[in-house]
Amino acid sequence: MTVISYRQALHDTLRAELQRDENVFLIGEEIGVFEGSYKITAGLLAEFGPRRVRDTPICEEGFTGVAIGAAMMGLRPVVEIMTINFSLLAIDQIVNNAAKLRSLSGGQVSVPLVIRTPGGGGQQLSATHSQNLEVFYAHVPGLKVVAPATCADAKGLLTAAIRDDDPVLVLENLALYNTKGEVPDGEHVAEIGRAAVLKPGRDVTIVGYSRAAVIALDVARRLEDDGISAEVIDLRSLRPLDRDTVCASVRKTSRAVIVEDDWLSYGTGAELAATIQEGAFDYLDAPVRRVAAAEVPLPYAKPLELAALPDARAITRVIRESLGGTDA
Amino acid sequence: MTDQAGTDLTREDPAALREYYRQMALIRAFELRAAEMYTRARIGGYCHLNLGEEATVVGLTAALRDEDYLFATYREHGYALARGADPGRVMAELFGRADGLSRGRGGSMHLFDPKIRLMGGYGIVGGQIPLATGAAFALAYRGGPAPDASAVMCLLGDATTNIGAFHESLNLAALWRLPVVYVIVNNQLGMGTPVEAAAAEPELWKRGCSYRMPGQRVDGNDVLAVRDAARAALDRARVEHQPTLLEAVSYRLRGHSVVDPARYRTAEDTERLRREDPLPAFRSRLISAGILAEENAAQIDAEADKAVAAAVDFADASPAPDVATLFDHVYATPAASVYRGLSGDPVSGGGPA
Repeated sequence: MTVISYRQALHDTLRAELQRDENVFLIGEEIGVFEGSYKITAGLLAEFGPRRVRDTPICEEGFTGVAIGAAMMGLRPVVEIMTINFSLLAIDQIVNNAAKLRSLSGGQVSVPLVIRTPGGGGQQLSATHSQNLEVFYAHVPGLKVVAPATCADAKGLLTAAIRDDDPVLVLENLALYNTKGEVPDGEHVAEIGRAAVLKPGRDVTIVGYSRAAVIALDVARRLEDDGISAEVIDLRSLRPLDRDTVCASVRKTSRAVIVEDDWLSYGTGAELAATIQEGAFDYLDAPVRRVAAAEVPLPYAKPLELAALPDARAITRVIRESLGGTDA
Repeated sequence: MTDQAGTDLTREDPAALREYYRQMALIRAFELRAAEMYTRARIGGYCHLNLGEEATVVGLTAALRDEDYLFATYREHGYALARGADPGRVMAELFGRADGLSRGRGGSMHLFDPKIRLMGGYGIVGGQIPLATGAAFALAYRGGPAPDASAVMCLLGDATTNIGAFHESLNLAALWRLPVVYVIVNNQLGMGTPVEAAAAEPELWKRGCSYRMPGQRVDGNDVLAVRDAARAALDRARVEHQPTLLEAVSYRLRGHSVVDPARYRTAEDTERLRREDPLPAFRSRLISAGILAEENAAQIDAEADKAVAAAVDFADASPAPDVATLFDHVYATPAASVYRGLSGDPVSGGGPA
């Protein structure tokens, strides 16, 4: 184990996969000379050259489609879309081509594609640059969507995504890039579609992914001091969704709180609440609760931005309500 | 000898010319039968035909080598046939059967046969253009220009030259020098909208000038002109990694799809169509040049009808896809895509016991 940043874990993984497999190449805006908007690809152009690290003009639909076409030919493109907000320009290629080519061709065509892209708010980037659009993609059969919350998963899930024969969207998070954590040395491949229990507990299950899982873990640790034993589940993958792990936990704790950085309606919380009542109805001692972002285009002004995003205080309050207590 | 169409037939291999006619006749017979099968509800969804575009189809596919890749539009039955796909399997796909080219998953608009490097028909207008560009990227990634290198041909309709993906793709192909030939199959109508009402530059091949891409407009009703232009463009792709934008102008004989009565057409248009129909024109050319005897032509027509009848029989005999295969081909690796909340769904965490 080595302690490195989430950013470094992503960088080292890309470098290792470029070294391992000649078919792997990187493509995206400003990833080469500029070394990436968030410097994930720093140094890789110098090491691997423009054939393997391809700067593109601003044309998300074009270069994402190019990557899909290259993947159809057996290459393993790793696309960087600067932020998930810009993926809307490429959504036709992702949803109508990447997700469907295997099915439409009756299994004759594979699309071993990775799209890396950060999401999330809290950086005062306002409404167009702060969105959590991953559920758009998690909705679509044929795609996989993973969301590493820890530095170890940044390595393990990105490695798994690059080696996977299906198109995988790897959701990164602007607020996590500088976080640090232990990362296994050497080969480390996580299983796509398997949630992780970040902290075991007895009283309540808290479920989140990406930044929300990190906040949930922090809240759960602090609640220990008050004698509340919360189990924290990091989904790690939105599609496939590990319903088993979530339901098994709720059968044990009888309570569930779902935390998401995304808007409430039609979100991950809604999907999990339905899953829990289907899979653990008889075990529930309280309604499933959700903590999500306010349903507004995220404002620029800091007090408004803070008010719109779920925070530790809101999560703590809802957990206490779920347990039958009052506001802390 | 140069006949009225302007191509010197004496310099052509007569057997190749007869083969072009055979392919054009097969496409005509297949598409007429597909229209009939559609009206008899044997074919569902949308069904777009190549009627009137046979010379373009055969000219383009004649220029392709086996090792080249073809990305098509949703109007692609003829390209699959001319590329060598089995007519029975093409018809079976239209019928939605298990033996269909795409195993009944794609239908008329999504014919795939990577073994003959038919990389798909695409239902979303222009969806194939970035993909074809990416396939050319993969060729360039793996090897340099060479006379025996593979190239990519990407078909698109006239109206598709107005979408962003077209322009983004052409820019990338020119910037990166990719071995790809974009072919605008200009049938003069985007559904019911004439080219002049949709494109500020109606000479569509000129749109490549913005990307310093060579291009050319050819008579899409002249199979040899189409073939020669495509061959030169494919050679440029192979030998120079220089992309090209070709435009082949023809006219579709029917509506946008089988259900479109094409009321937007004038009587004048219809008369012109009949005059310019490329199939009888090519037939007459070959007969008057002494390359094809009237009886041979009649025999080729009869064989085309026979092949299409056999294709219908094959499609009829092919079973519907087993519903137990519903979740097949969605993912390469096992993934929990099978959860629907129904009892018995194989996900133990969810669903009633």
